[in-house]
Parts: sequence; C-alpha cells; structure tokens
Amino acid sequence: MSQNDLDNANPTIYEVGSERAILPEEEDESVTDKIDTREVFDLIRVINDPEHPLTLEELNVVEQSKVIVDDDANKVTIEFTPTIPHCSMATLIGLSIRVKLLRSLPPRFKVDVSITPGAHASEEAVNKQLADKERVAAALENSHLIEVVNQCLDDQKRKLG
Amino acid sequence: MAQLKEVCSFDGHSDRAWCVAWNPSGTLLASSGGDKVIRIWGKEGDNWVCKSILSEGHQRTIRAVGWSPCGSYLASASFDATVCIWSRKEGEFECIATLEGHENEVKAVSWSCTGSLLATCSRDKSVWIWEVTEDEDFECASVISSHTQDVKHVTWHPNKEVLASCSYDNTVKLFKEEIDDWSCYSTLESHDSTVWKVCFDKSGSRLASCSDDKTLKIWQEYLPGNTEGVVTTGNNPTWKCVSTLAGIHDRTVYDVDWSHVTGYIATACGDDCIRVFKEEDCSDKNQPSFNMICSVTKAHEQDVNSVCWHPKIPGLLASCSDDGSVKLWQYLEN
Repeated sequence: MSQNDLDNANPTIYEVGSERAILPEEEDESVTDKIDTREVFDLIRVINDPEHPLTLEELNVVEQSKVIVDDDANKVTIEFTPTIPHCSMATLIGLSIRVKLLRSLPPRFKVDVSITPGAHASEEAVNKQLADKERVAAALENSHLIEVVNQCLDDQKRKLG
Repeated sequence: MAQLKEVCSFDGHSDRAWCVAWNPSGTLLASSGGDKVIRIWGKEGDNWVCKSILSEGHQRTIRAVGWSPCGSYLASASFDATVCIWSRKEGEFECIATLEGHENEVKAVSWSCTGSLLATCSRDKSVWIWEVTEDEDFECASVISSHTQDVKHVTWHPNKEVLASCSYDNTVKLFKEEIDDWSCYSTLESHDSTVWKVCFDKSGSRLASCSDDKTLKIWQEYLPGNTEGVVTTGNNPTWKCVSTLAGIHDRTVYDVDWSHVTGYIATACGDDCIRVFKEEDCSDKNQPSFNMICSVTKAHEQDVNSVCWHPKIPGLLASCSDDGSVKLWQYLEN
C-alpha cells in the first residue's frame, strides 16, 4: 500500500506507558488475583494498527483510562478512538480488540467494545456490528478476515518490522 | 415460588451451541452449533442420550435446525450459505438435499404448518420460500427482499400460510402470498435495535419478539372490522405492540419461545439467565400484563442462545448456550 492510499498517512505518535511492575503477591500462587484494568490494557495495547507499523497504544487508539474491568461482575468495557473520524479500519480495529480478549480472557467475562462517543462518523453502525456476536462469529469463520485480524494480533510482526 | 428445575445437562458440542428444537411428537431434541454438527438427543429408559450425530453436511457453523410438521425431515441452516434437508427413516438420518441460493450465512429455517413450504433467511437480507414437492424436491417459490439488513429469523403462523421475519434493521415483517407472489403486508416498528427472534402464540393472533434493545414485546393482531376500532388497510390485519417488557433483561435477548401447551413465554438472554413470563389472569387483550413468574440466573456458564418448550409435556423446556451445553428444565409451581 502506498502512503497515498492510507486513511491517515501522518498519524500523531504518542509515548507508550511503562511496563507493569509485578508485585510479589501476584507471583504468589496461593493468592487469588483478580483481573484488573491494567492487565486487560496490557492485552490490547500491543495490538498492531492495520495501517501502520505502530501499536494501538502508540496511536492513542486505546488508553488505560478507557478500559473498565469489573472482575466480580464479569464485565469488561472498552472504548477505542480511531485516529480520524472517517477511518475505514474502525470495524477491523474493534474486531481485533474483541478477538484478542476472546482468546485471552476467561469465558465468564462479558466484553463490550465500542467507539469513544463522538470519535467516528459511523459510530453507531460500527458499534452495532461489533456487538452482534453472530456477525463476529461468522467473521471469525472467514479465512481472509481472520488472517487480517491475526496480523494485527501478531506481536512478532512489529518487533521484526 | 415457582421454579425451573434442571432435569439434565448434556455436554457434547465442542463449540457454542446455537439452537435447540424439539421434534413435533417431543421424542427427539435436535441441537446445533459452531462445531458444525447436529446432535439428536432422545430418551433411553429414564436417561437422555445422544442418539445420532449428523456431521456430514455443513462446512461452517450450523446456526439453526427445524423439524417438519410430520417429523420425518429436519432442515439445517448454516453460515456456509446452504440449507441441508435430512430425512429420518427408521431412526437413521440421511441428507437428501442441499439448498443453495443464499449469498452468505443462512440464519434460520421454518416449515409451514402443512409442511409444503420451507422458509429460510440470511445475512444477504433476503427471505426465500421453497416449495416442497411430492418427490422430496425443493423448488424456490419466491425470493423476498423487503428487509434492509441481515434477516435474523423466520417463523410460520401456526395454522395459516403467513410468515413472520425479524432483522438487524430493527423491524418485524409479515408476509403472505398475493396474486402468485409473496410480499410483505405489514412492518412492525417499535424495537430500538436488532430483533433476534419472533414467534407466534398458539392462536396465531399474537406475536412475541425479543431484541438487542433488551426488551420483549407482545404484538396483537386486529382484523378488518375489529370492535376496538383499530384502523386496517384493505383486507389486511393491523399488528399493534400492546406490551413492552423492559428493565428485566440485562443484555441482548437472543431467543423467545411461546409455549402452545401452557401459554408461558421463555426467554434466552446474554446475561446467562432464562426467564419465564405469564400473562395475568383476566388481563385486557388490548393492554395485557405479563409477569415474570420465575428466572434462573446462571442457567448456563455463558450466554443462553436458544430456548424451546416441549410440544406435549407442560413446562418442559430445552436450552443451549455459548458454553456448548444443552439443558432440560422442568417448570414447577410450588
């Protein structure tokens, strides 16, 4: 893809947060350790942007403050912010976040992924599609689409590239 | 307090279970899911066992299954864009036809009351009506493009050739044959998001619909010349939403089934809960009151996708879930 074909050829790059410090009690197998906001954020911050060799965190598409985790209620709510309001990749980014959490979190969690209110021209349509588990299930059986999603989730790709 | 008592739980599907359906006599339960197989469950002595596994037929998720009124055929709808027709002879199932035509995922199948028509619907926004010929042939009688989005479900009226469908476009539609072709004669608008399922009550003069907007709605049919003074057009009835049950379901309601035996309504919800509703005695037909008479929180480990009342035994309910399990429940009034 040439630079001219990109939705956003010149995105602003943000500084990434520091690595999570691991506390002694987290390494203690006898302590029940709840899944928290930072843990979920760590799962999605490293997802690759479909267009740039950058992570969703580096593009500020995902932020820790927009990840809400309630372990007791088995609920995870995530808002993501496409870099521009007409980003055609918004559904793909949302799907990648969804798939990453589907593969990483225990199945008891109800996960809601949506666009930060006001951040996208087709916000409602994209949110509706991401919330429809039947469409998500069908998308995951589409070999072409799943390949594209897997590229977004491949953290080796970024390190090598 | 009334309760739903778990009768048994079957593990068999290795992926999400999408649909459960009783055969008309109630001797067999079919279930289907993301593992691309159909499982047939039946009773042996006092125990429910898996009698057959139908695995040759579909390349992708089997979203729904439906029995013909005679019980000799089972239709299956798949994300692979096809519908398979399975014939049951002496307990053995054989795939006798594969119906092709839909452009992508087929979401539901329904046989008309006489078994002479089969309806299917798809993400391609269309509803297809197939004529079943004497020699087990299936011919496309009509392709209806009335919905503007993904059609989630189709279901026939219990005794007339009237079809209801519901969609990602937030509407419910009713169809009948007029001068040699099928057309939509009524569009029911009231839900604020995807309508996942629509079903008729025993009489066929009422509908229940459930949605991503977390509500359950009850619709009443008003025939031309009705005493209530509801305006109708030509010889078509008017359908009106007479009750909305909101604030009860915590997430998307994926399925609703209206028992033709007890009149109870069961719902399957994304909050892992099964709920049962009953119309109040002496309820006004035009403003009916429905009460939740029991609920099972954590009925399954994950989203409940389908509920189906037994066609003969009062209060026996089947359900299935994203956790892959299929369960049977008995409604008990204490």
